[in-house]
Amino acid sequence: MFKRMITESRIKSPWLLHYDCGSCNGCDIEVLACLTPVYDIERFGIVNVGNPMHADILLVTGTVNHRNKKVLVNLYDQMPHPKVVVAIGSCGLSGGIFREAYNVVGGVDKVIPVDVYVPGCPAKPEAIIDGVVIGLQKFHEKM
Amino acid sequence: MPQIIPFGPQHPVLPEPIHLKLSVVDGIITEAVPAFGFVHRGLEKLADIRDFHQMIQVVERVCGICSMMHAMCYAQGIEEIMGVEVPPRARFLRVIWAELHRMHSHLLWLGLFADSFGFESLFMQIWRIREKVLDINEATTGNRIIVAVNVIGGVRTDLNQEQMRWILSELAEVEKEIRRLETTLMDDYTVKKRTVCKGVLTRSQAFELGLAGPTLRASDVAQDMRMLGYAAYNELDFEPVVEKDGDCYARCKVRFRETLQSIDIIRQAVSKIPEGELSAKVKCRPDGESVSRVEQPRGECFYYIKANGKKNLDRLRIRTPTFANVPAILAMLPGMWLSDVPVIVLSIDPCIACTER
Ligand code: SF4
Repeated sequence: MFKRMITESRIKSPWLLHYDCGSCNGCDIEVLACLTPVYDIERFGIVNVGNPMHADILLVTGTVNHRNKKVLVNLYDQMPHPKVVVAIGSCGLSGGIFREAYNVVGGVDKVIPVDVYVPGCPAKPEAIIDGVVIGLQKFHEKM
Repeated sequence: MPQIIPFGPQHPVLPEPIHLKLSVVDGIITEAVPAFGFVHRGLEKLADIRDFHQMIQVVERVCGICSMMHAMCYAQGIEEIMGVEVPPRARFLRVIWAELHRMHSHLLWLGLFADSFGFESLFMQIWRIREKVLDINEATTGNRIIVAVNVIGGVRTDLNQEQMRWILSELAEVEKEIRRLETTLMDDYTVKKRTVCKGVLTRSQAFELGLAGPTLRASDVAQDMRMLGYAAYNELDFEPVVEKDGDCYARCKVRFRETLQSIDIIRQAVSKIPEGELSAKVKCRPDGESVSRVEQPRGECFYYIKANGKKNLDRLRIRTPTFANVPAILAMLPGMWLSDVPVIVLSIDPCIACTER
């Protein structure tokens, strides 16, 4: 019973971890804007946390490069199972406008498995919230 | 033996990855060593494969927060090489969007700063106000943050009378709300306790470290690139905002006052804007070199452009304000409490995406 309670509360109130992985900031500030009164994802019980060990959903913005690849994998590995990864912005999807630059590995899915892709450059807060909600369904399936 | 404490690259108060290795003795910092490269993309090199018109889209994405200014700086550089005369209306429109960007950037910073000392409701309030500015961006250009209005030779979109009236009425409301927060932000006991006399930089220190922007102006140096009179700034009336104390509180005050100043500049620009063309015709390809500087929300941004008459540029070099301001963090941190690190690091308004490009 206790286990079921934890499972349900994790679905109802997911905690987010946001990692900026070589983005131009555009997508990051839109992720932050989701937390603020106009969009206010906290009303759905979604909280932004700083510790990967507390997080259920990982939001990644930006392209992966040779340096932060390790940090990203590290963060992903530290998150408890089940976990969902949401890649945000054209950069996170494929490398976007930077895909030909020399230090860019490509999209987030080159390094860690991605469940939801949110397009846009920058992605709108509405789209990000939608991505998180779809991520929750995936989360449910993984349980 | 000092303890080594890592700060970042993923840290709750930092929206961006910067890594500081802090040596700490009894909670007091003795040394800070930064490490960079987490968001380096190699953007300048893209000039090899994108032509000089397409590079506008790339430089806009050096940094999402001040994207408009990057594009403006780049366009000014190319226009200087090609000898293109930008029509007056376009110059005024550039000022309007640039100041809107400055406002949203400063409001963003004021919010993050409040968050760094744990004043979360203030953070939320400021970001609520900021959404109004973003709404203006979205209504006038179609995008909230990367507005993409600049083209070489002018701007892409126009503002009609009705839109300008609407912008002014929105800004009047923004101003009212910002003024309402003034007492909390500037006079509150807790805010002062966390910011006054923290991370002090004297005038000579600031000058020697070669700082830029509000960090420099908070230490009583009146340097503002807008005084160069690029775009339409030479026809507008304003003074650089300067504070004397050089601590985190003074930096907060400079940015707060600049936000209000931006509103004033937009009002002036709207009242003086002439009718006319939006962009000049651009023929042939650039050949030569130029240096272009603009004042970004974080300070002076510098573009060096070298072209050789081909469609791709020879060299593009970007120096952004945070690059100049990082030495300030390293000078301020020793002797401070570990708990003050977020406040001091944020006080220079670090923009890592800019610094590493
Ligand atoms: S998708 Fe666009 S806005 Fe988002 S990080 Fe990439 S370049 Fe910036």
